[in-house]
Amino acid sequence: MEHASAHTLAHFQAQPINRHNQQVQRLFMILFGCMAALLVIPVVLIIFILVQKGAPALSWAFLTTFPSNGMTAGGILPALLGTIWLVAVSLLASVPLGVAAAIYLSEYARQDHWLTRMINLATINLAGVPSIVHASSGWGAFVAFFRLGTSILAASLTLAVMTLPVVIVSSWESLQAVPQAFREACWNMGATRWQTIRHVVLPNALTGILTGIILQVSRAAGETAPIMFTGAAFFLPYLPTSIMDQTMALALHLFTITTQVPEVPEEIPFGVALVLFGIVLLINSCSIALRMYLRSKKKW
Amino acid sequence: MEHAPSVQPGLTASGDGRNRDWYIDQFFRLLMFVCGISAIVFVLGIFIFVFKEGAGFIVHQLEWAEFFLSPKWRPTSAIHATYGTLAMVAGTAAVTLIAMAVALPFSFGAAIFIAEFAQGKTREWLKVTIELLAAIPSVVWGFIGLMIINPLIIELFDVPIGLNVLNAGLILGLMAAPIITSIAEDALKAVPDTYREAAEALGATRWQVIYQVVLPAAKNGLLSAALLGVGRAFGETMAVLMASGHALVIPGSVFDSIRALTATIAAELGETPVGSDHYQALFAIGIFLFSITFFINMIADLVVRGIRNQ
Repeated sequence: MEHASAHTLAHFQAQPINRHNQQVQRLFMILFGCMAALLVIPVVLIIFILVQKGAPALSWAFLTTFPSNGMTAGGILPALLGTIWLVAVSLLASVPLGVAAAIYLSEYARQDHWLTRMINLATINLAGVPSIVHASSGWGAFVAFFRLGTSILAASLTLAVMTLPVVIVSSWESLQAVPQAFREACWNMGATRWQTIRHVVLPNALTGILTGIILQVSRAAGETAPIMFTGAAFFLPYLPTSIMDQTMALALHLFTITTQVPEVPEEIPFGVALVLFGIVLLINSCSIALRMYLRSKKKW
Repeated sequence: MEHAPSVQPGLTASGDGRNRDWYIDQFFRLLMFVCGISAIVFVLGIFIFVFKEGAGFIVHQLEWAEFFLSPKWRPTSAIHATYGTLAMVAGTAAVTLIAMAVALPFSFGAAIFIAEFAQGKTREWLKVTIELLAAIPSVVWGFIGLMIINPLIIELFDVPIGLNVLNAGLILGLMAAPIITSIAEDALKAVPDTYREAAEALGATRWQVIYQVVLPAAKNGLLSAALLGVGRAFGETMAVLMASGHALVIPGSVFDSIRALTATIAAELGETPVGSDHYQALFAIGIFLFSITFFINMIADLVVRGIRNQ
């Protein structure tokens, strides 16, 4: 690093600050500022259109009734509840596993060990696998091999595998943020490694871990491909009663009524998109607010 | 003060410490280890289960030349079914290319602005907004492509259909941009402040510092951000399925409809009889996709590691 710095700095001639250079600097600052703005503005416009066209469809009845007339009218109740089912069950699977994996990586594993490198590589790859490949493997593993059938359980497990890296990475970061001195103080009292984790490290990292989990909820709620073949159905006239049933889901419902069902009045898909978008936005805002609160309370 | 390894955790002053707490500790150590290697197990599991479903086809039926070089994907033809993926590979490549052309300049520009120029509230707000943009689900993006950008393209360019390479590329670009931006910003932040201070002390303006010191020092991180963006655009499924037109042609212009590799699996897997050649061929595409993203992720990791070992 020192060598690199000496090398890059060698290009420089010491020079007085002149007007021309300062103008160039101002120019680039404006240019990059515009680029940042251009990244945000189209999306804000799109969101505006989404709200404008979707808002008329929203009502209490829209959220609490079944779709009717071959899904060209009515509400989204079964899709909304289905999404809650899928997210809840996938959390039950991925949170304990992901947090435990993060504890291993942060508290037990030696950072330079080859196995730790392998785990990190696997986590990166798990996050990078295309969602449709997760869907095919979820079908191959949970639906066909473990004979769970197309069910909430199979779909949730597929989602859980897909969102696991998010939980691992965010939990690992919050565990790492707990100062090493806390652990050493606890060990010096004669506590075992597990007692230290249980009574000192975890309580201090808890809010951070929670932030990551909330983020994962929003991700799981919006996924479509992984649940398409593993447990979500285009249309069901009833609500699921157990995790072995199929279910409708909000994300898949949006896909279905925009591409598979002809002549749906425009405001319904816009309404569904707005609800889905709203849920994701709300959950994410909670996560961000929690993180900011955490940062303001930080004692070390 | 020396940071000598203090007391070994769990060893009491008297005896060898093998009491109830010691066994509990060992139990949890093992449990955490098992969960710790789960990521490896799942990556292997994904490969095995996708491979298992497609293996019969790959071993017995697959003609490699046809699979990679023929644009004809006619899995349901009764007389002579063909399984060529060239058109889809071309489609995926075209869309990814447009997406990167849209996303890379803006993401890097935004990242430089956030990391080097913006301050205080502006910076916080930009970061939060970009983080929220990254959270929009892909099916909502697909819907936006279908209902908002599609009519826009038809009107602006006077073409018969707006579901094409341009539409899908724009959507994927907007989707990938927040991710590339935040990784690129991290890469810029990782350049030590002492570099900047040293250059400023020599009389460099902030732009000269960025251009001649920060960017060269962060180039591996930026490259890895770009690679992860490519991986993301390449593997995206629902948005491309909805916005690309899903037509099996090798695109000649940005206004041609295309079909992506990912979208083909999504559209066809639900409708094929389990175990049929068509079904297995779709899993063969899955293995192909898995291998490419695996490769991209490995390269990105090696590039990042390159900086650390320097």
